[in-house]
Amino acid sequence: MSKLRQCAIYGKGGIGKSTTTQNLVAALAEAGKKVMIVGCDPKADSTRLILHAKMQNTVMQLAADAGSVEDLELEDVLQVGFKGIKCAESGGPEPGVGCAGRGVITAINFLEEEGAYSDDLDFVFYDVLGDVVCGGFAMPIREGKAQEIYIVVSGEMMAMYAANNISKGIVKYANSGGVRLAGLICNSRKTDREDELIEALAAKIGTQMIHFVPRDNVVQHAEIRRMTVIEYDPTAKQADEYRELARKIVENKKFVIPNPLEMEELEELLMEFGIMEVEDEKIVGKTAAELAV
Amino acid sequence: MSELTREQAQALIEEVLEVYPEKAKKDRAKHLMVNDKTIEQSKKCITSNRKSVPGVMTQRGCAYAGSKGVVWGPIKDIIDISHGPVGCGAYSRGGRRNYYAGTSGVDSFCDINFTSDFQEKDIVFGGDKKLAKLIDELEGLFPLSKGISVQSECPVGLIGDDIEAVAKKKQAEIGKVIVPVRCEGFRGVSQSLGHHIANDAVRDWIISNRDDKAFESTPYDVAILGDYNIGGDAWASRILLEEMGLRVVAQWSGDGTLAEMENTPKVKLNLLHCYRSMNYIARHMEEKYAIPWLEYNFFGPTKIAESLRDIASHFDDKIKEGAERVIAKYTPAMNAIIAKYKPRLQGKKVMLYVGGLRPRHTIGAYEDLGMEVIGAGYEFAHNDDYDRTMKEMKDATLIYDDVTGYEFEEFVRQLKPDLIGSGIKEKYAFHKMGVPFRQLHSWDYSGPYHGFDGFAVFARDMDMTVNNPCWGMLKAPWLKEEESTGELKAA
Repeated sequence: MSKLRQCAIYGKGGIGKSTTTQNLVAALAEAGKKVMIVGCDPKADSTRLILHAKMQNTVMQLAADAGSVEDLELEDVLQVGFKGIKCAESGGPEPGVGCAGRGVITAINFLEEEGAYSDDLDFVFYDVLGDVVCGGFAMPIREGKAQEIYIVVSGEMMAMYAANNISKGIVKYANSGGVRLAGLICNSRKTDREDELIEALAAKIGTQMIHFVPRDNVVQHAEIRRMTVIEYDPTAKQADEYRELARKIVENKKFVIPNPLEMEELEELLMEFGIMEVEDEKIVGKTAAELAV
Repeated sequence: MSELTREQAQALIEEVLEVYPEKAKKDRAKHLMVNDKTIEQSKKCITSNRKSVPGVMTQRGCAYAGSKGVVWGPIKDIIDISHGPVGCGAYSRGGRRNYYAGTSGVDSFCDINFTSDFQEKDIVFGGDKKLAKLIDELEGLFPLSKGISVQSECPVGLIGDDIEAVAKKKQAEIGKVIVPVRCEGFRGVSQSLGHHIANDAVRDWIISNRDDKAFESTPYDVAILGDYNIGGDAWASRILLEEMGLRVVAQWSGDGTLAEMENTPKVKLNLLHCYRSMNYIARHMEEKYAIPWLEYNFFGPTKIAESLRDIASHFDDKIKEGAERVIAKYTPAMNAIIAKYKPRLQGKKVMLYVGGLRPRHTIGAYEDLGMEVIGAGYEFAHNDDYDRTMKEMKDATLIYDDVTGYEFEEFVRQLKPDLIGSGIKEKYAFHKMGVPFRQLHSWDYSGPYHGFDGFAVFARDMDMTVNNPCWGMLKAPWLKEEESTGELKAA
């Protein structure tokens, strides 16, 4: 049996992390890998395509109902879906109350202590909330957890900013632990020269664009049915794209400490690709009325 | 030990600082000074109310301690909820000995620990719903409480519980005052910020509650601010004010009630004992209601007489005569106490390290007994406290701010005082060094020390500590023998 590989998926909110992760995991399972997904987002939508469920019961919700997390059993929180994929959701509060970060910490500790990370697993994937806003959301990449990080990105400016910021977070933990950036997954938004741009960004950060996932409506068709493309239409061209991504991740050997860009460098890159206008210093801080004069 | 010269005292400070690394030495040097009576403002020679140096064993508390423990805790008919995990409430319960008259659990709630007892799920999902439920339960179990305060522990500030919203909603529902207090322990450098936050909460949620209500005034209405009734201090103070003809409308907050606090804006003069913890609300009432305030000192007959005359000077002849009458009445008893204890205590040296007012306020009481304070310092004072302290201390005495465990022990080793007055954390270290020690936070389970009655207790306690025969028995008999036989052999 090969060693368990733990991977965390980060990326800007709404970029398609959960959809990409679940399709990727489905492709890995189809190829015979034993995989677990741990959703680290209070929205708890990281496993719905695998379980065909609206929302899985989360560790934190079950703990709150039972009284405390010590009152839970592993089988209460761990569900099995498509091709034996194990699923857990950390869960957390509604927006605006409590501490979602602590929820992630508690849930992951619980899974660990209760032996969810069993020997037969090949992969664990953590699907993490968009921004690493506090220590809780960095939990999956602390010592002894995920060693590989994949950032989902697109050719849009804010997605690239986010990817660069996440790289900064990785550097901190990479220096103290073994976590490494394993690649950028481009989830296409059909912007101009998107693949070249992300490849250029990856090269500058010191990593690779591990795969370019084209945009395809079949993903939405599958999602409406709460399914992955792999399960909904295994013959679809898009299913092959996720299989290809899965194969590349299985074979991936390029794990690096990233070299995040300074803000100027990133903006230069964006200007080079025409994503961002060349800055005109004369217009900074001028109102519309002032500019009209 | 004979008195130090200015140069010797300065050399002592420098010697003690010598062990520190450069940065810590530079920082700590600013907090230690040799008193200089020619200087008016302490800011020229001492720094205070700054973050402690890590690793030095500071004795400070936190903002929660300042708010819940000091200001809010003693109000007897208000329930204080320690909102957060159980420890803060449990370990701060009942340690301060602020007495009250009432029935615990019926109309008085000072010595019960009420807490929302946060669990993991409360951190993750927020504690506001639990707080609301807790308030409902309190209302069912303790219907005679007059109000509730929510004392925030650290996690409440981290997770952003909206305790203000809960307080407003529940206040409307149960029709009692509910005060949210944002005194999370990580705020500020010591308990001092907690006093300020607590005062501000009183200002925002209590002080104007009876502004429009009728009140039968007299020209002689006063309030006692900053007396926490430790060992009954406020009671021993109150009777003197009443004997001289004043009407004490409120006690803040020892044995105090919500109604007293709400009525305080109707008084003619606010009397402030602990300046540090309650000057904020005194200043607010001065600004908003034009009520003057006066600092006083009820430790030892000299200061008490001075203070009584000072207070009386704000009133008519009737009160002035009253003050003289009270002083005259107690003087023989005070003289008898001094005659009894002064010969036993004359010339004894004292070092103090306490909280908000005692390092300066007790100096007069020691001097009445012929004792001399050769060093004084505060855990959490500000420079206005040191301005006042410098006037009370003799020239070339030591003044130390936020003194570290090491510094204090070294000062004591070198100055060899006959008595130390400080807190429980210091007590046993000095006992082991064989130095007589009194706790000056809790009066060492004794008290009261305020007022004429208190002075009798104070004098007795100092005598029985300093002149206790135990200090001559610290060496085991066989060690004494060894010493003497060693000497014989050497001879």
